[in-house]
Amino acid sequence: MGILLDEAPYILENFPGGGIVITSADWFINWSRANSLWPLTFGLACCAFEMISANMSKYDLDRFGVFPRPTPRQADLIFVAGTLTKKMAPRLKKLYDQMGEPKYVISMGSCSNTGGPFYDSYAVVKGVDKVIPVDVYVAGCPPRPENLIEGIKKLQEKIKKDTIKNNGRAKIFK
Amino acid sequence: MTENTLKDKDGFETMYLNMGPQHPSTHGVLRLGLVLDGEVIIKAEPDIGYLHRGMEKLAESRTYQANIAMSDRFDYVTSMNNNFVTALAVEKLLGVEIPKRAQYLRILMAELNRVVNHILFFGFFAMDLGATTALIFGFREREEALELFESVCGARLTYNYFRVGGVSRDLPAGFIEKAGNFVKMMRSRLKDYDDLVTGNVIFQDRSVGIGRISKEDVLAYSLSGPVMRASGIKYDIRKDDTYSVYREFDFEVPVRENGDCFDRYMMRMLELREALKIIEQVLIKLEPGEILAKVPKIIKPPAGEAYVRTESPKGELALYLVSDGTANPYRLHLRAPSFINLQILQKILTGVKVADVIAILGSIDITLGEVDR
Amino acid sequence: MDAQKYLNEIKGRFPGTADAAPERIKDGVPALLCPAPFLFEIVKYLKAEGFNYLMDLCATDYRDSLEVIYHFCALETNVKLTVKVRLDREKPELASITPLYPGADWQEREAFDLLGINFPGHPDLKNLLLPCGWEGHPLRKDYSRKPDQYD
Repeated sequence: MGILLDEAPYILENFPGGGIVITSADWFINWSRANSLWPLTFGLACCAFEMISANMSKYDLDRFGVFPRPTPRQADLIFVAGTLTKKMAPRLKKLYDQMGEPKYVISMGSCSNTGGPFYDSYAVVKGVDKVIPVDVYVAGCPPRPENLIEGIKKLQEKIKKDTIKNNGRAKIFK
Repeated sequence: MTENTLKDKDGFETMYLNMGPQHPSTHGVLRLGLVLDGEVIIKAEPDIGYLHRGMEKLAESRTYQANIAMSDRFDYVTSMNNNFVTALAVEKLLGVEIPKRAQYLRILMAELNRVVNHILFFGFFAMDLGATTALIFGFREREEALELFESVCGARLTYNYFRVGGVSRDLPAGFIEKAGNFVKMMRSRLKDYDDLVTGNVIFQDRSVGIGRISKEDVLAYSLSGPVMRASGIKYDIRKDDTYSVYREFDFEVPVRENGDCFDRYMMRMLELREALKIIEQVLIKLEPGEILAKVPKIIKPPAGEAYVRTESPKGELALYLVSDGTANPYRLHLRAPSFINLQILQKILTGVKVADVIAILGSIDITLGEVDR
Repeated sequence: MDAQKYLNEIKGRFPGTADAAPERIKDGVPALLCPAPFLFEIVKYLKAEGFNYLMDLCATDYRDSLEVIYHFCALETNVKLTVKVRLDREKPELASITPLYPGADWQEREAFDLLGINFPGHPDLKNLLLPCGWEGHPLRKDYSRKPDQYD
């Protein structure tokens, strides 16, 4: 959607009634993005088990349109679930770079928020936001699946406030 | 690596396949470097350390009690068993006697956690071989068990339930009845498991005769736990080098002969039944009493060292603990069963097909938190 | 035959071996302190005597020296034995026991990685847990970390 997202809004704005077209398009695009968040199946440590639990029958993330994909090329959300170590950090960056725009990051658990119980370790990155930008932080060690669902709903709220004039998030982080 | 330039016998170049660290079936962040000749593996090299959090170093700057909380994160599937070995090691250094009820509660929790681990193994192993339903079954039962843990200590995954000298709190009202129901429910669900997976023709085709480990290799590579017993060595630390009050309970040590993926799977399913047996016995034997021995507020064991071994669901989980008389350990080394069991991959992956890598890796049952520490 | 008898036998065969401070050891497994050059021969002897299972191999930094600890077990008889070796801190070197116990492979690599102990005879001694090019050995007591790009 390169041209639509990059140039069209700015051209449209100059015509009478163009704003209405933009907001209608915003509403439709945000609605579809927020309700089909496809996360990457990517677990680092303990939190990964709570993430898998959230995907299974009791908590069932499918009802929010969250459906895990095994490759970053098909995913538009990444849960960083667990401790990020210095050996892993370049790989996470590479995975994140492989994902198509727009892409979102949920940092799950104390370790990926701040380093958590391993904050003073020689091998741990103190917060995943040192490597990739984060949209929502979910607290807990590990967070319960309910917390994760709350985080996803917060992300959906955030997506719904987006406008194509920002070109999704791309412009912000370019 | 320079293996890219290896030639096979027809003069074709071999291929280097990188698997992981992000791969749905490597159970975390394990990376496997595979050198392939067509579909057959010539050389396999596991690359670990992507979850190395420096826990052994951190342990030296934490108090003994804080180390029990830290031990939850060693192998996050079997936190209770990690708590167990840490508490036992500190108690060995201190030389304290544990109240009877606390001993029983510890065994109850450790065995419940063994059940949870083996349920998860069932789910993940079957999923690795293509049966997604099994994972959903496994997680359904796991949630029931986690509710039990939650009612006792308030956490779903990192329990921090053990204390030096006992356990942190007593069972809540109605726990014994709920646990009894869980055992009954689990027994009936095991029948479903067997119908769905164990007898399944596709499952058997993918696992019988795959990834054989011989008795000699088990000893040479110091493998332990279900992997060891699946190859015909009947050795269980709970029976043969007993600790806590395991000798008061009546249970069998199952053993299988072939040492292939299917036997390693069967070992877990048989052990699960034995663990349920122990849980039932504990529930009957529990009597009211103290749950925490008298230990000082600040734990300062006398200078010394101890090597304490326990049987975790993954194998021999042991702790080498050195104290210098201060409030923090001088050195804490974890003998992690996943770490040692994983070494065998280099040997048994040679000569197998790519599709079997996942089956063999899954059947060893590793947790990366424990491999890398 | 219990572990103490093996200890006496080894002490007779290899000069310089001695009991390792028994009052420090709280798990009741007898320990032997042996000089580094004899280690391989002693382990070879133990293996021939039926200690077929290497439970654990780890190392500790005692500030004035490094100590490598081997925990052995004979599965049939359940006799356990600990062997310890003291190494010079500046240039720690100890024969690899991987030819006898292939399971020592990663454990030796871990000691090499985290404590900087060299094991001549090891087939592939390189970093195991830390990323390539890591400076220093974290489990040494005087290790201090340099700030890096993630700080």
